[in-house]
Amino acid sequence: MTAAQVVQSEWTKIRSVASTVWTLSLAVVVTVALGMLISALSSNEFDNMSTKDRLSFDPTFISFAGMSLGQLAMIVFGVLVVSNEYSTGMIRTSLAAVPQRGTFLFSKIAVATALALAVGLVTSFVAFFLGQAMLGSHRAEIGDPHVLRAVIGGGVYMTLIAVFSMGVAAMLRSPMLSLGILMPFFFLISNILGNVDATKKIGRYLPDQAGSKIMQVITPIDDDTPYGPWGGLGIMALWVIAVLVGGYVLLKRRDA
Amino acid sequence: MIEAVGLTKRYGDKTAVYNLSFQVRPGAVTGFLGPNGSGKSTTMRMILGLDNPTAGQVTIGGYPYPKLPNAPRQVGALLDAKAVHGGRSARNHLLSLAQLSGIPARRVDEVLGVVGLQDVARRRSKGFSLGMGQRLGIAAALLGDPQVLLFDEPVNGLDPEGILWVRNLMKALAAEGRTVFVSSHLMSEMALTADHLIVIGRGQLLADMSIKDFISANSADFARVRTPDSEPQLREKLTSALTEAGGHVLPEQDGALRITGLPLPRISDIAHDADVRLWELSPHQASLEEAYMRMTQGAVDYRSTIDQKEGLMQPLPPGAQPPMPVPGQGQPDWYAPPPPQQGGQPFAMPQGQGPYAGAGQPQPGPYGAPSAPGADGSNPYAQPAPAAPQAPQQPPAPADLTKPEDAR
Repeated sequence: MTAAQVVQSEWTKIRSVASTVWTLSLAVVVTVALGMLISALSSNEFDNMSTKDRLSFDPTFISFAGMSLGQLAMIVFGVLVVSNEYSTGMIRTSLAAVPQRGTFLFSKIAVATALALAVGLVTSFVAFFLGQAMLGSHRAEIGDPHVLRAVIGGGVYMTLIAVFSMGVAAMLRSPMLSLGILMPFFFLISNILGNVDATKKIGRYLPDQAGSKIMQVITPIDDDTPYGPWGGLGIMALWVIAVLVGGYVLLKRRDA
Repeated sequence: MIEAVGLTKRYGDKTAVYNLSFQVRPGAVTGFLGPNGSGKSTTMRMILGLDNPTAGQVTIGGYPYPKLPNAPRQVGALLDAKAVHGGRSARNHLLSLAQLSGIPARRVDEVLGVVGLQDVARRRSKGFSLGMGQRLGIAAALLGDPQVLLFDEPVNGLDPEGILWVRNLMKALAAEGRTVFVSSHLMSEMALTADHLIVIGRGQLLADMSIKDFISANSADFARVRTPDSEPQLREKLTSALTEAGGHVLPEQDGALRITGLPLPRISDIAHDADVRLWELSPHQASLEEAYMRMTQGAVDYRSTIDQKEGLMQPLPPGAQPPMPVPGQGQPDWYAPPPPQQGGQPFAMPQGQGPYAGAGQPQPGPYGAPSAPGADGSNPYAQPAPAAPQAPQQPPAPADLTKPEDAR
């Protein structure tokens, strides 16, 4: 059995369930709409801002503001892709058909990752252009320095969030448990840790805080983050690799 | 050919399967029987490499499953009919499995036709009944046209027509020289389908024999003979005469004799020669279900108790009679004869007790009280009229016993 056959099969699986379409389209709509809204509000606020805030004003990053909410739909997508197998019991049929568990897991994740990347990039570009349209005179251009990196990085960020969720779901198996941990973590805990001074130094090594650096074009003035955009993405990638290895080892060892 | 050697599986301190060794040969339907929780499904999962054995190994065609080249084309399995994503259509479910092993989409439509699901192929499997789910599971097992097929409880939830279809399908697959391994908890179903039986209880092998041997050992016809109650010496006389003639005599609770190994006319002749009058000479047949339950009785994990309904009972109005419980119902052993007593013979060898068993009786009670293993009168079917008040209008025991798992 070749990996290509498993990939083809996983593609059939992923395209034949409604949750794929729902979660991914929700991710696009929420990210773009919220990004547009916040861009429009920021544009109106600009004149009332302090000089410091004006100097830190990052139109590219603002147009991605919707991602904090949109990534939750990506998390649901990533969790469901993997944990569906367990909650339905399909995993036994799948693993009986593909005894090479590593091939099975990574083919599944590869297919879902490719799909998430395509959707993520589309989201990122649409959010950027529509967000900039809302910003009016404060807009950034795609040709400006580092902007293209930030826009592509936004797509990659969403993808990595989804892959991270897949790895967590591969470890935990249960969709409820996975979502119950990931949702509050990314929506609340990470934000709280990142905004309280005492925990800020730890918070910025969390996957979403580190990864979102890639979408910044203008570094805030008093920013003392010890890594740059690529360093941040690297930290996030390390997290993703860690959970994938964890998921793989557990799948390999565990009884299905 | 499936071969298990010393297969053992422990979950924590619970041993699900212990030291199981058996072979499943091609060209025959092998039934895999055991009570709920006896380790059937665990064994099936170990065969498919889903669970790792704690000790021992199981191979298919000489390979452990994960090493089997192109496994889905060689082995097809139905483990759990409900193990399907409810939002996916039957056809897409099978298509995703077919693509794994390079089976063309045409074959998917073929097997959908074989199991009779072609009309609902594009509907989400969420709305499928248990029987339709079983058909879909069987379709998945047939997909790769495999030489080895495993079915875990394939007739659960099927209608009589579906059961007949599965039965014929199994036989046809075996007749084509394939290895067919079917688990079930229904002895009666296996008696009709299987050629060979493997029975386990509490994860251990209880029997590994052909169905023919099982039937001849366990459902051998027997005759019931009664001599006049007033003359116990006639009973003794007849017993020794029959034993001498090679018969196997077991006393029953109500004073009758159960005789195996002698045809009815011969029993009549012997009685005549011994000058013993008979009040009854009747042919009987022990059911396979009964034999199976006797075999597994000691190994049943989940046994029902009487529903006390404590706290739910309305206080009875003064003077009213509390409802009488149905005698026997709900008591652990009411449905089956007692297990062989200590030192008794295994169920499958009724003759194993030796020629003295009948005459001497293992524990000779002065009144001919029930003492012989597995042979007293508590078979609810074989009760003659005098015993009837003990268990009036009992529903057939096997059906009652198997209901809970059947309804899953």
